[in-house]
Amino acid sequence: MRYILTLILLLMVIHQGFAQTKGSVHIKNATVITVSGETLENTDVLVRDGVIRSIGANLQTPTGVSSVDASGKFLMPGIIDAHSHLAVTRGINESSHPVTAEVSMRDVINANDIGMYRALAGGVTTIHVMHGSANVIGGQGATIKLHYGETAENMLFPDAPRTIKFALGENPTRVHGQGAGVQPRTRMGVEQVVREYFDQAIEYRQKRNTYLAAKTAFDRNPRRAQAPQPVAKNLRMEVLADIIDGNILVHCHSYRSDEILMLMRVFNDYGIKNYTFQHANEAFKVAPELAKNGAMTSIFSDWWAYKFEVYYSTAYNAAILHNNGVINSINSDSPELIRHLNHEAAKAVRYGGISELDAIKMITLHPAIQLGVGDKVGSIEVGKQADFALWSTNPLSIYAIAEKTYVDGVLRFDRDNDADDMRLSVTASDSYDTFMTEAGRDHEACMHDVFEFFSEEQSANAGFWQQFMNR
Amino acid sequence: MLTLTVSVSAQIAEKPEFGKFALTGATIHTVTGDIIESGIILVNGNYIEYVGHNPRITTDYIQLDYTGKHIYPGLIDAGTSLGLVEISAVPVTVDNRELGDFNPHMRAFTAINPNSVAIPVTRVEGVTTVVSNPASGLISGKSTLINLYGYSPDSMAVKEDVALYMNWPTGGRRGWWDQREESEIEEERKKALKELNDFWASAKFYDDMMETYTANPAGKTRPNNDPVMNGMRAVVKGDLPVIINVDRENDILAAIEWTKGYPHVTFILSSVAEGWRVADQIAESGLACLVGPILRTPARDHENYQRPYQNAGILHKAGVKIAIQTQQTENVRNLPFNAGYAATYGLGREEALRAVTINVAEIFGVADKIGSIEAGKLANLVVSNGDIFETVESIVQVFIAGYKLPMVSRHTLLHDEFLKRDVR
Repeated sequence: MRYILTLILLLMVIHQGFAQTKGSVHIKNATVITVSGETLENTDVLVRDGVIRSIGANLQTPTGVSSVDASGKFLMPGIIDAHSHLAVTRGINESSHPVTAEVSMRDVINANDIGMYRALAGGVTTIHVMHGSANVIGGQGATIKLHYGETAENMLFPDAPRTIKFALGENPTRVHGQGAGVQPRTRMGVEQVVREYFDQAIEYRQKRNTYLAAKTAFDRNPRRAQAPQPVAKNLRMEVLADIIDGNILVHCHSYRSDEILMLMRVFNDYGIKNYTFQHANEAFKVAPELAKNGAMTSIFSDWWAYKFEVYYSTAYNAAILHNNGVINSINSDSPELIRHLNHEAAKAVRYGGISELDAIKMITLHPAIQLGVGDKVGSIEVGKQADFALWSTNPLSIYAIAEKTYVDGVLRFDRDNDADDMRLSVTASDSYDTFMTEAGRDHEACMHDVFEFFSEEQSANAGFWQQFMNR
Repeated sequence: MLTLTVSVSAQIAEKPEFGKFALTGATIHTVTGDIIESGIILVNGNYIEYVGHNPRITTDYIQLDYTGKHIYPGLIDAGTSLGLVEISAVPVTVDNRELGDFNPHMRAFTAINPNSVAIPVTRVEGVTTVVSNPASGLISGKSTLINLYGYSPDSMAVKEDVALYMNWPTGGRRGWWDQREESEIEEERKKALKELNDFWASAKFYDDMMETYTANPAGKTRPNNDPVMNGMRAVVKGDLPVIINVDRENDILAAIEWTKGYPHVTFILSSVAEGWRVADQIAESGLACLVGPILRTPARDHENYQRPYQNAGILHKAGVKIAIQTQQTENVRNLPFNAGYAATYGLGREEALRAVTINVAEIFGVADKIGSIEAGKLANLVVSNGDIFETVESIVQVFIAGYKLPMVSRHTLLHDEFLKRDVR
């Protein structure tokens, strides 16, 4: 008995160590939306060990590789959502301070979130799991691949750059200024929080480096020098200094054009490049300035008017940004919208008449670029990772259905093999009768976990909850 | 040069055109009749005068060539808060949630803001008509059915009071923050149901009392006037239908059972997220359903991902009369896409179109006025570049009650102003 148990345990260890996260497949005779180049009809795509090896007509199926007849169907790169809060259970906002750069979503990934399976069923393969928008400088993000069924570790996108969430406007001023009585209460205050902490971080890094150099010298020859005064390691400051040094990509929750301009001025002062404004409902008003600074945007297709700072916005945002040369993506920030980002992208064609290819770029290659993985995913090219989905027809059509979704060549969603209950884990507290009413279908999670800052009296009011149900 | 002229003039408020129009050359989706290729619609004043192939077009008709386009009846959203809510996070702009649990005397019609910025944003995308609902408490108030053009609720209303809106006492959780014990939920549900029953009984009693008094006041003391109970009189008499907003499987069944106690009242189920679980029972009850939003997440973790998309189709196949709604405010314009998803996942295109046109009109008793392209109906017409459900096909022109509306809204104006912005 004990031997069997040991054997099982041993097999489990081996299985963990050799987790099958890369697959091989031969997609035959599809219309391939390569995104990087032309859309190719009657074309095969051959994947070996998670990598796209060849694209062309009538390819040979290697021995041991399964093939899929995709005649009449469309193959599109996996959709990438640059703004998601899936795979996190009640841990989205460390809302205890306006600056919490030290925390990371990598530490709280819940690999069992059914939302990921539903996203796969909408052709999504990679998501950017973000901290919420309660803090001016929030926590670090996690770029993950939807290897639903594996551990959180195995979902992390290998070699994806670090990212961090910033937030401007109503949310941080409401949570901290209005809710807790600490700066920022205004958009003026938001700017100074960023500058104050950046200055501290520069000073910290300089002192810390000086100390470390002195310590190294002292350690090498303790008799020649005096022991230096220690400068303690400060994780918050480390992360902030890494941002200034260009080692972390900033994704900034923002809406109004003035606050977008403000952050670009601040970033120019500190030499920070390669950043993306999230939501950015008023980005269209400052599209020339965004283009000039090389700043990118990641927006909702058509959400507006749910709060005052998005009242003066337009569904033509994507088209205006595109026509002004801004690299833009369309995101979900929602467990609902993520299930049909193809449809959300089609709205960029409807509102402003951009080309279908340019719209598809906004949910594939552009978000990949914004997450620093544009060289690995986001298009169907030889050498790239095999993340794609097979669609029943043109994915921008309202009648399109995602049928199969592959991540690193592994079939992670198959409509032909789709059980009703696709949960990975069931706990005793999940009663059969757990049902969320309309209000519970919280479309957006940016403001989760900030409620403890408000009095019971405030939170007893239905309208109070309503405002947090919004973006 | 031309672009510049247009963008400048777009900042000036345009007026709609009104009079006599001949819409020629388009594919006409009448909904109630056949699809007419290269047909002609004559509009005279507020109404459709002719639909067909060979009318006599006198010179006083303005001819509009829509060759290659598609014309649909104006889409009708069976449930929204449009006109009642401007910015949901700003409480002073939220007029659909009165205090208290029993508000049958509240009228959505009263609080419709004809100048809500979301109204033009909605209508230029092809939704010409909506039901707008009060939403709070158990009995929220009276819903109104309005066209999305006019300078007063009076001129917009197709029917001022179109139904009483009711939230069924639910045994479900309100959201992830709802941490009540199961027993607590059940207790509150029972309590709410009892209050609801008591309220209806009182309303019936009050109406009977008033009728008795009015019929023969001689020698009787005039009963005290009760504005709340007055709000129920048309309802208990069966003159005004009742919308019951209900989602959960058990709640739907309980609501159906409850409606049997009021056989002379017309009930309509709304939202019905889990209608698909009890489609046969709903069909048997004969109650119509306002399904949606279609674009919603499954309400239970163990539920198949497609169910919200499939719900309308499953109900239709079971024999339930359905309409589709968004339950939205600023994005009611997504109604055709909600219908499109339902169409794709089992409802089919034809039925999906009915669910956002004639079915809504029939359910609310206004099919003599709206819901299809027929002579004698209000000229609510949408000219589309293609299939009205397809996201990438844009809307060319909208008519409401014969008014050829300027195709501008805050969204188009901001586009025109900022697409090629001045450098300053």
